[in-house]
Amino acid sequence: MKPKKESQLIEFWLQLRKNKLAVVALVLLVLLVLVAILAPVLAPYPYAEMHPEDSYAPSSSKYLLGSDKLGRDVLSRLLWGARQSLEMGIISVAIAAVVGIFLGALAGYYGGWKDNLIMRFLDVYESMPMMLLCITLAAILGPSLRNAIIAIGVGSVPGYARLTRATILTVREKEYIEAARAINSSDAIIIVKHVIPNCMAPLIVDITMNVGNCILAGAGLSYIGLGVQAPVPEWGAMISEARNILRDHFSLSLYPGICVMISVLACNLLGDGLRDALDPRLKN
Amino acid sequence: MIRYVVKRLLMMIPILLCISFFVMVLIDITPGDPARLLLGNTATEEKIESLREEWGLNDPLPVRYGRFVWNILHGDFGTSYQTKRPVATEMFQRFPYTLLIAVLSLVLSVFIGIPLGVLAATHQYTIWDNVAIFLSLIAVSMPGFWFALLLIRYFGVVLAILPTSGIEDWKGWILPTVSLALGYAAIIARQTRSNLLEVIRQDYITTARAKGLAEGRVLYLHAMKNAIIPVVMIVGSIFGASLGGALIAEIVFSVPGLGQYTLSGLSNRDYPVIQGSVLILSGLYSVIILVIDLLFALIDPRIRSQYSSKREKIRKKGGVAANEAEEGVAAD
Amino acid sequence: MGDVLLSIKNLSIEYHTDKAVVYAVNNISLDVRHGETIGLVGETGAGKTTIAKSILRVLPTPPAVVKSGEIFFDGDDLLKTSEHGMKKIRGNKIAMIFQDPMTALNPIERVGSQIAEAIKQHNKISRAEAERRACDMLEMVGIPGGRFSEYPHQFSGGMKQRVVIAMALACKPELLLADEPTTALDVTIQAQVLEMMHDLKERLGTSVVMITHDLGVVADLCDSVAVVYAGEIVEQASADDMFESPSHPYTIGLFGSLPQLDSTERRLKPIKGLMPDPTNLPAGCRFCERCPRAAGECAQAAPEMRETAPGHFVKCFYPGGEE
Repeated sequence: MKPKKESQLIEFWLQLRKNKLAVVALVLLVLLVLVAILAPVLAPYPYAEMHPEDSYAPSSSKYLLGSDKLGRDVLSRLLWGARQSLEMGIISVAIAAVVGIFLGALAGYYGGWKDNLIMRFLDVYESMPMMLLCITLAAILGPSLRNAIIAIGVGSVPGYARLTRATILTVREKEYIEAARAINSSDAIIIVKHVIPNCMAPLIVDITMNVGNCILAGAGLSYIGLGVQAPVPEWGAMISEARNILRDHFSLSLYPGICVMISVLACNLLGDGLRDALDPRLKN
Repeated sequence: MIRYVVKRLLMMIPILLCISFFVMVLIDITPGDPARLLLGNTATEEKIESLREEWGLNDPLPVRYGRFVWNILHGDFGTSYQTKRPVATEMFQRFPYTLLIAVLSLVLSVFIGIPLGVLAATHQYTIWDNVAIFLSLIAVSMPGFWFALLLIRYFGVVLAILPTSGIEDWKGWILPTVSLALGYAAIIARQTRSNLLEVIRQDYITTARAKGLAEGRVLYLHAMKNAIIPVVMIVGSIFGASLGGALIAEIVFSVPGLGQYTLSGLSNRDYPVIQGSVLILSGLYSVIILVIDLLFALIDPRIRSQYSSKREKIRKKGGVAANEAEEGVAAD
Repeated sequence: MGDVLLSIKNLSIEYHTDKAVVYAVNNISLDVRHGETIGLVGETGAGKTTIAKSILRVLPTPPAVVKSGEIFFDGDDLLKTSEHGMKKIRGNKIAMIFQDPMTALNPIERVGSQIAEAIKQHNKISRAEAERRACDMLEMVGIPGGRFSEYPHQFSGGMKQRVVIAMALACKPELLLADEPTTALDVTIQAQVLEMMHDLKERLGTSVVMITHDLGVVADLCDSVAVVYAGEIVEQASADDMFESPSHPYTIGLFGSLPQLDSTERRLKPIKGLMPDPTNLPAGCRFCERCPRAAGECAQAAPEMRETAPGHFVKCFYPGGEE
């Protein structure tokens, strides 16, 4: 047998590439990011530009997806809305992951009273249903995009902390860590070279899927008026604006919902694909 | 076991106290004045000040917290600043709606999700599996409130067979429940499927087959019972989500539950309402988590033995050594 | 030694994965007589477990595919038996002991019920009667009947393997497939379990296919031995013959890699190299690359099975004792 010279990363990519759905999801997410970045260029109109004469215009060459009550171009607002949704998804996950992984790593690697303290803290934390926590935080901090992101981020911390702790606890017991100790590696080297790489797989999968969940949560907060504030477009808020005109202008709530669904679906598909590629053993 | 339950119930008290303390601190450090919100911008400073004094908002934080705990222990949740009605009474009326929506949607999702997951797992590599996976992926990716609007549009507006808001009779429950249940059913189905596939590969399933058991018995008795354990855990966390989801579903469907009440309490900084809602929902959630944990122990003997008292544990630890010793005896 | 109980003829099994086809078992033939204990010896990955599982038809399909062959048991071809018919054979006439006792028991069922379940499946008796017999089985393998209602996690590895053995023997099978029953156990426990199996076999008159890579186990228990290499049987003989005059270079290599107390050799003689990749087997003799005797023709054509002495079969162009 010839030794495999491919690096882990390439091997991983080859695994992922086999999963057609995951590749589609990756492409979708890249497109979504591009749309968010290029919204000012792509959008035919500024998102807040009103054309009162064109209230509830049907889709036409002027307004590809029609216009809303104030005559704003729906397509432009959907394109701009990608920014808010992605921001909510990515930044809140980043907050949650950084804080959660730090807490979990501390608890898992050192154990003892630190572990105990952090775990009791998480017990309290998790006794509140996550969505209730998000709603409470977002409302008390005051409705805005920034506060919604903070609320969702803070609400998602315990999951990461527990996952990191659990993974580290399993990894810590593995023989290769003992082997590293036996050759006198320092704590820092063990953590950086052995513990973290071996914990990454479940965390990466979780982070990917969580971006989707946070987009969902963000849309929910915006829907009940606790997220992005008018006139900035956000998919959840757009659905909310259109909720009372279901009878006559259904498409106004349909399109933003589809946007949310596709983004979240892409995150979930990519997460599934990553899990299979990182840990083929789990592949069903 | 009973000792464990009692211990867990007692543990809930400090946890809930901690939560309400956090909420109070959070309220304290963020800007916003309930008195000004109630009286409006036109009110004079003196009026606002006297109202703050009446509500006891000018006392230092520890005093306010102490008073709050003291009142709670006497069953007094305070009076809403906005409606002037006792929070306990109001919550007592509204709470059943929230609980029922959460429970009904949970039950519905379990009844859809588990069979769907089993179907997918037992028909792996077939079209059934692919369809089930894809549908559940779509379902977990849909915002619940949006799906609710789709339901309203179709059943309430196009077909006009179900009410679009409010709860007058049993029909009113259908859409809120279904709109919540779909996503949860999808999560449960995915979890069930992957657990079952994992368990089917285990050696003890081959052992069961090698005993000559019928495939159905292998699947439902040996595999399913093992696969269901992680699903039970998921159901617990889903219940937490469904409480939160119920709040939003109530707002979508104008159900007179805790959702609208909590939300307006939050936006008016109606402190007694906020504290009351958070306490009751968190308390309920903790109880459910406890029930789930007990259910766990009921199914899984390995967990059950962890719950036995400490003395028992020591005996168990010695038990392994005793095993080895018996090993020697048996060989003689 | 009685008549032939189990007869495997030209069995070939492949595993089909995304990447490649694994040729796990290649054209194997093997007979097991009533009351005989036959050892299947070979390295990890040689295909021994696949053979055993295919007899019971509990191979995971997919990915496993039985390409060809017949497995006669009491005159019937098991590969052609209906699933319903197999249910009556599994656990009743043929039972299997799995390699790892840690994972072979259902963690959430009482050990006693797991044994009783097998008994109840194959006998028309009441539940209480099945449980009583299960209790007897536990006692027979040296576990106090009082531990009937304990769970697997309350047992040590050796005790679990006893439970697995009790379960396998519960219906007094005619054939027992033991897949490395002692590999996962401590050496001292191994000896006890082997001794127990030996006793039980004598008492019940069961035929045993003992899968192992431990030649010591073979010497202790087996009447005859088949050496498996890369999915093929390369040498087959009675145990005495095999230990006396091993003829295939691989067999000789296996014995050479064992430490011997009475030997004057200073070092062990490991077999060089690795087993060929089962997805890409060589055209000629499978052992060619590692064989000290390999000549030109070995790489060209695969040798046929030949009888070099009465009852002693070797698949090699140049069989014979060590020079």
